[in-house]
Amino acid sequence: MTEATGQEAAIEGLVLQRLRGRFGDAVRDVTVWRHETTIVVAAHDLVPICRYLRDDTDLAFDFLSSVTGVDRRNLPANAPRFEVVYHLYSIQFKRRLRLKVRVNEGDAVPSVTGVWESANWHEREVFDLFGVPFGGHPDLRRILMPDDWEGHPLRKDYPVEASPKWWEEEPA
Amino acid sequence: MTTARNMTLNMGPQHPSTHGVLRLVLELDGEVVVRCEPHIGYLHTGIEKGLESKRYQQGIPLTDRLDYLAPLSNNLAYVLAIEKALGIEVPERAQTIRVLMTELTRIKSHLVWLGTHAMDVGAMSVFLYCFREREQILDMYEAVSGQRLMSSYFRVGGLLADLPPGFEAQVHAFLADFPSRLAEYEALLTQNPLWRQRTVGIGTIRAADAVALGVSGPALRACGVAYDVRRANPYCGYERYQFDVPVGKVGDVYERYTIRMAEMRQSHRIAAQALQRLTPGPINVADPKLIPPPKTLLKQSMEALIHHFKLYSEGFSVPAGEVYQTIESPKGELGVYLVSDGTNRPYRVHYRAPSFVNLQALPRMVEGRLVADVIAVIGSLDIVLGEIDR
Repeated sequence: MTEATGQEAAIEGLVLQRLRGRFGDAVRDVTVWRHETTIVVAAHDLVPICRYLRDDTDLAFDFLSSVTGVDRRNLPANAPRFEVVYHLYSIQFKRRLRLKVRVNEGDAVPSVTGVWESANWHEREVFDLFGVPFGGHPDLRRILMPDDWEGHPLRKDYPVEASPKWWEEEPA
Repeated sequence: MTTARNMTLNMGPQHPSTHGVLRLVLELDGEVVVRCEPHIGYLHTGIEKGLESKRYQQGIPLTDRLDYLAPLSNNLAYVLAIEKALGIEVPERAQTIRVLMTELTRIKSHLVWLGTHAMDVGAMSVFLYCFREREQILDMYEAVSGQRLMSSYFRVGGLLADLPPGFEAQVHAFLADFPSRLAEYEALLTQNPLWRQRTVGIGTIRAADAVALGVSGPALRACGVAYDVRRANPYCGYERYQFDVPVGKVGDVYERYTIRMAEMRQSHRIAAQALQRLTPGPINVADPKLIPPPKTLLKQSMEALIHHFKLYSEGFSVPAGEVYQTIESPKGELGVYLVSDGTNRPYRVHYRAPSFVNLQALPRMVEGRLVADVIAVIGSLDIVLGEIDR
């Protein structure tokens, strides 16, 4: 709320103009809400888009804050089911940008570990808790849950209170 | 003759210097670390999942338990995200109190870091001094909220309660003493040859690598990158406070130490300014849909009774949309990504925990170095497993 409102419009314009110019219809959707810009892009163009956003000297999104997921199962618009959300930051220009890709269950999202090393653990977490696979990830394993865990806890059809099989007592 | 081969050493999850339940699998060639692989998740409690099942205001106590050394920072990021989605801003007094309390929290968190880090490296007495001062800040927590650790003092739309009588004098007394305490710690460590031997030139990381790995907070600033959320993207009116962002050059364990010591001085400075800015006024937004009416009104006003009932039975709804709110926590960039579907419960909450991302840089800092340095480097990263595992 302390940021200038004109600034977001300017970034949004700049980022969009450059992305549309280079990647055409890979930019699927753009929304601005509460001074935050969200761009939905096509999964197959994600890595080149990210590399471009990082390397363009006017944009310089060199810092990947986080990668996370959303299970859209219970939302009004719920296809494709999963959304992988990237929060980018430019240390030089002090700007943020949210990128998103949407995929169906089982479809892989290209890994951005080649663009930002920090994506490694973030993507493992999304894989672990949502079951979204990342293509080209160097070390795709569960990270928070045990290796032999069944299910992906942050999916909406995973119960909040569930007792894992291997903790249940033997029947008397 | 047998051929020499590397040894695998399992360090943790029950190891006093891993600061919680962190497990490192170290591959050693003699005393040199060839490979370091952190294993996390031992403290995973599903807090993000839990937040989805609770009403907005009910989720606050869960956030305290993420970085349990800086509970108010977690509260702050969460309530700011919700307030951003609601499109509201809390009154001046509430903002000032939030700044005051989070800066005291930063000092408190850095004191635990300093004490435990020094103890890991072999300086026992610093620990006791640090905890002596930390106790004074815990007393302030107790004074404002009745709780020493998990205070949940920040609420959506304002604060749990106004500051109690005598609180400002309590903070004044602490602030008056604190610079001399800091000098005491520094006298024990800064020029101490043993301390310097264990920390100077250890665990260095280049600025470019640190940025690529997403390192934030004091560990990033020690490499010379002046990224501090309070300065870069101010919240709670930080743009009105005067403070410096200390940066280093080399990015070793020693500089992370000097940066955090300098940060405590800056926090002291900000807290003193916040005390001066405190003027009487409301601490909550004037919206009966968010803030319960005073108890005395319930027996006189039907409307107040309905608001009270609605708030405690249903809570409030947040317009559908998504926001990402960052703050500078003692550990680095703490971000909350909040997705609302328009109901009274968050659809998705993600905590961008600085410790989680900073820990990922640990292998880069210790590989090729001595196993004893691993302890010093973990201490210098100031990780908290509560927010790593969530």
